[in-house]
Amino acid sequence: MNFRHLGRTWLIMLAATAATFAKEFQPAIVYDFGGKFDRSFNQSASEGAAKFSKETGIAFREFEITNAAQREQIMAQLAKRGSDIIVAIGFTQASAVEKVAKQFPAVKFTVVDAVVDLPNVQSINFREQESSYLCGMAAALATRTGKIGFVGGMDIPLIRKFALGYVEGARHVKPGIEVIQNMTGTTPAAWADSTRGAELAKSQFGRGVDVVFHAAGATGLGVMQAATDAGLLSIGCDSNQDYLHPGSVLTSALKRVDVAVYKAFQNARNGTWKAGRLELGLAEDGVDYSYDEFNRRILTPAMKQRLDEAKAEIVGGKIKVSEYQAE
Amino acid sequence: MESYTIIVLLLAATLRVATPLVLAALAGLFSERSGVIALGIEGMMLGAAFAAAAVSATSGSAWLGLGAGVAVATALALLIAFACVTHRGNQVVAAMAVNIMVAGLGPALALAWFNLGGQTPQLDGAGQRFGAVLWPWAQAAREAPFPGLLYAELLSGHNLIVYLAVALVPFSAWVLYRTRFGLRLRAVGENPHAVDTAGISVTRLRYEAVLISGVLCGVAGTYLSTAASAGFVRDMTAGKGYLALAAMIFGKWKPWPTFGACLLFAFTDALATRLQGVTLPLEGVVPVQLILALPYVLTVLLLAGFVGQAVAPAAIGVPYSKEK
Repeated sequence: MNFRHLGRTWLIMLAATAATFAKEFQPAIVYDFGGKFDRSFNQSASEGAAKFSKETGIAFREFEITNAAQREQIMAQLAKRGSDIIVAIGFTQASAVEKVAKQFPAVKFTVVDAVVDLPNVQSINFREQESSYLCGMAAALATRTGKIGFVGGMDIPLIRKFALGYVEGARHVKPGIEVIQNMTGTTPAAWADSTRGAELAKSQFGRGVDVVFHAAGATGLGVMQAATDAGLLSIGCDSNQDYLHPGSVLTSALKRVDVAVYKAFQNARNGTWKAGRLELGLAEDGVDYSYDEFNRRILTPAMKQRLDEAKAEIVGGKIKVSEYQAE
Repeated sequence: MESYTIIVLLLAATLRVATPLVLAALAGLFSERSGVIALGIEGMMLGAAFAAAAVSATSGSAWLGLGAGVAVATALALLIAFACVTHRGNQVVAAMAVNIMVAGLGPALALAWFNLGGQTPQLDGAGQRFGAVLWPWAQAAREAPFPGLLYAELLSGHNLIVYLAVALVPFSAWVLYRTRFGLRLRAVGENPHAVDTAGISVTRLRYEAVLISGVLCGVAGTYLSTAASAGFVRDMTAGKGYLALAAMIFGKWKPWPTFGACLLFAFTDALATRLQGVTLPLEGVVPVQLILALPYVLTVLLLAGFVGQAVAPAAIGVPYSKEK
C-alpha cells in the first residue's frame, strides 16, 4: 500500500543525483547513532536542514549512520560527489571529519559537539552546562522527595557536562539535594536503548527520585515513558520534548542544533561561512529551557520566574556555571 | 529497612528483565529438544516485536498486537521448519538467514509504513500497551511492615506477560516430562530413528516443536515492544535471543535450571544498573565501565567454571532422513 511512497523516495534521490550536473549549491548532513527520528539531538539537526531546504528550495543530502565504519566512507563519498558543505552531527564524527577534511580541502565541513582544528572545518559546541543548570533548578523546585535523577547516554565528557550543570543548578536551589546519576553504557549503542533507559529510570524511582533528567538521545524516550507510567516528572533534552507526554515533562534542555545546522547551510551558501571554533550558550540563544502550552501547568510562574532570573544572571556573568574538565 | 527496599526493588527489576529471556529460552528448549538448533529465536523475537508494535500502533489494541506478534513469529518458525525439516537444510544457516532478513526487513517496512526512520510510532494511547496489573490491596500493602513491600512491588504491579512467563516454566516442565507429547519430543531429539520405528512421524513432531518455539518467541517479542518499552526501534532485541540460548545451555536444556539461569543473567543486569555511582565500603565509587561489564564477566565465569558438562540432545543439528 505504501510502496508507492517508497517509489517516490527513490525518484527524489534520483533527482538529487541528476542535480549534480547542474552545479548548484549542495549541502549534506550526516546524522549520528540514534537516527534522524530520535525526537532529540539528531531530529533537531534534521529540522534545521529541513527549514533551510524549505526556505531556499535547495535539496540536501542526508545519511543516518548505522555502523561506525560508515562515517568516513559516506563523508568521502559526499565530498567526492560535489557537496559544498557537509555537516557532521555528534562528537563521534570528529576523527572521520578530520581525515576526510584533509583529503578534500575545498569542501567545507561543520562538526557539531566536537573540535577539529583544520582550515576548512567549523566546530560548533554548546554550553550545555548552562541549560542543564536551569533544568537542575527546575527539578529542585519541583521535587517533593528531595531526590532527583539523571540518566546519561554514553559515558563521555559531553554527557558529564550535562550532569555537572544539572547538579550545580539543583544545589543552587536546595544545597542538600540528593542527585542520583546513571549512565546507560560506554558504546554508541547507549544512545538507542530505550528499554534500558526505562529500567534505569525505574531503578531511580525506586530509590525515591521523582524528577529525572535525561541526556541520552533515543534512550531517553524510555526514561520519559517510565516517568509517565509512574506518574512522575521527567526533563527532556536537546529538542523540545514537552509535547511527548504533556503534563509529565517538566521542561526540556534545549540545544539549538537546528539553528546551528540552518546557519551553517545558509552561511555556506552566502559565502559568510567561517572555519574555526564557535561556542553557543544562553547568551547566544544556543541553549535554553522550554516553556510552552504542554508544560505550562506544571512549570509554575514562580518556577519560571526563578529560572529567568538565573538565566539573566548566567548571561550577565553573575552566576558562573563550571565546565566539566576531562582529565 | 533501606537495604530491604533495595533488595525488593532489585528482585522486581530482575523479574522484568528476565521475562523475555525466559520466554525465548523456553522457545529454544522446545526447538532444541526436538533436534532443531534454535538460533532463529533472535529473529523471531525481533519480527514479533515489530509486528506487535506496528499493529498496536495502527489498531490501538495491545491484544491485537500480541496476535500479530505471535502470527509473524510463527510464520517465521514455519519458514525455518520448512527449510530445516522438510528440505533438510543446514539449521544454522537457515536460522541466521531469518535473523538477518528480519533485522533488515523490520526497519525497512517501518520506514515505508510510518516514515519515522525505521521506528514505529510511540505507543502512548490507552490500551496500546500491556500495563501493570495491580493486585488487590497492593497500594495499602506498600506502607505496611515486612511482607508489605514485597507483595506490592515483587508480586503485584507487573504486566500480564511477566506472569505468563513465570507460569510457563512449570507448564513446560510438565509438558516435557509428564505428557506423551513431551516424551516423544525428547526422544526425537535423542534418537529420531527409534521414534520413526515406533511409527511416529519425526517430521510432524519437529514441526510442532518449532511452531511452539515460534509462539513463545512471539510473546517475548511482543513484551519487548509493547510492555517493556513503547514502540519498535531498530535491533531492539539487542542479542537477547542469543543470551537466552546461553541461559538454556547453562540450564542444560531443562526448564527449571534454564529459568534459574535466566534469573541470574537478569539479576546481574539489574544489579549493574543500580550499582552505578553507589559508594561501596572500602572500594569507594566503582567505575561505570567495570559495572557495565559485570553481567558479561559473570556470564563467562559461570559458563566456564560452574556449568559442568552440558550435554546437548544427541540428534541436534542433524536433519533426519529415513535411508541412513
